[in-house]
Amino acid sequence: MYDIGTLYQAETVEHACRLLLEHPEAQVLAGGSDVLVQIREGRRAGKDFVDIYMLDELRGVSIDDEENIRIGSLTSFSHITKDPIIQKYINVLGEAVDMVGGPQIRAIGTIGGNTCNGVTSADSASTLMAWDAVMEVTGTEGVRRVPIKDWYIKAKQVDLRAGEIQTAILIPKESYENCFGHYIKYSMRNALDIATTGCSVNVRLSDDKSTFERVRIGYGVASPVPVRAPSAEEFINGKEITGENIKLFSEMVLEDINPRDSWRAGRALRRHISVVMADRAIRECVRLAGGEVHE
Amino acid sequence: MSKQYKVVHCTINGKEIEQVVDVRSSLADMLRNDLRLTSVKKGCEVGECGACTVIINGEGFNSCIYLAVWAEGKEIWTLEGLTGPGGELSDIQQAFIDEGAIQCGFCSPGFILTSWEIVNAGVEYTDDQLRKLLSGHLCRCTGYENIFRAVKKTMLRHLGKFEEAELVDSQGITEYPEPMPFK
Repeated sequence: MYDIGTLYQAETVEHACRLLLEHPEAQVLAGGSDVLVQIREGRRAGKDFVDIYMLDELRGVSIDDEENIRIGSLTSFSHITKDPIIQKYINVLGEAVDMVGGPQIRAIGTIGGNTCNGVTSADSASTLMAWDAVMEVTGTEGVRRVPIKDWYIKAKQVDLRAGEIQTAILIPKESYENCFGHYIKYSMRNALDIATTGCSVNVRLSDDKSTFERVRIGYGVASPVPVRAPSAEEFINGKEITGENIKLFSEMVLEDINPRDSWRAGRALRRHISVVMADRAIRECVRLAGGEVHE
Repeated sequence: MSKQYKVVHCTINGKEIEQVVDVRSSLADMLRNDLRLTSVKKGCEVGECGACTVIINGEGFNSCIYLAVWAEGKEIWTLEGLTGPGGELSDIQQAFIDEGAIQCGFCSPGFILTSWEIVNAGVEYTDDQLRKLLSGHLCRCTGYENIFRAVKKTMLRHLGKFEEAELVDSQGITEYPEPMPFK
């Protein structure tokens, strides 16, 4: 039995928004793999919740009218990994969320919850950051879209206002077209562990596969919120695919990230592995894109 | 706030049921306390150990971090559903016995349900894939090799590969040897 005050079960998205406005103290409950555990720990004991888990209209992956990849916010990690649209256009996201927790956690955990709790270690966050995802947020006033760079306000706080829930995550066509990505999660165990640091890179190569047309790199646990490494990206865009350029790019990420000491790992270790992960991930992206690194 | 109750309709082990639950109950609470399906074990109650695993709509979930009210309209299987009408064991249960994959038995219901999902998938998983699929369960006594071997052998038998199943060695980790030529 959970120590829940009142459970308000939403029947539609609009009902959920209304419930949140009527009960401003209530918190949103989606898959519950964080929230229910925090109730058990006492951190959220006795609180009221608006339960949106039964809103099946928020599940599934599709291509919308604007050719965005549209991922319903309640889509579970396991369903994202298995989805043919994800596998075809943004396979790295399926791979990244396949590293969350264990199989049963991936069956219940939702991508919406992973991005709304605002934690930097979320395995989906660095990849969504690196693919310029757009958050679709629905409130009683209507729908608004928030680019992921503006989504994270500070640790554990995202741009969700009173009476709003996140209803989908969109990946624009311009972002996913001809793009190949790779995610590396550095953690102590292969299962049921949280990332010490995670790095997601994606590349688009020139037609002759000699230069980097566009490189994007996102990190989790390299700052209080998921971040990109803009200096490193700016350096490598348009450059030839050489070992030397990759080395400079990888070292340059240190200008953009600011990892901290925590009980999980020290700042020095995180800085070190961030460079190594950038190097390894971009090389894997080049391989996936059918290119070759000239040493 | 007065207590909140809700009627949940779902199918459990092939049987349709209707159950009044306190909305604060986990699915593990409902299965154990209301329906007396005590194969569902409560270990950590925070989704780490996998002892409470049940199959919901074909996928393994930790029933300790799943609200009972979410069971509405779902098809749920617990270990009790795997045995035949006369209590006959399923092949995956028998394999756990044959391989000595049970000691205290607390993790076994969860492990067996995940294994059941694996062997019924009709896929020949690699050893690494099997380990990953089983990684949501903790066993604190027998260890994992016997469990791994029980799953791998049953998976191969389900695929009609009876000879290969017998070749899964005592460690369960080496690749199959080249077939012996007939004399």
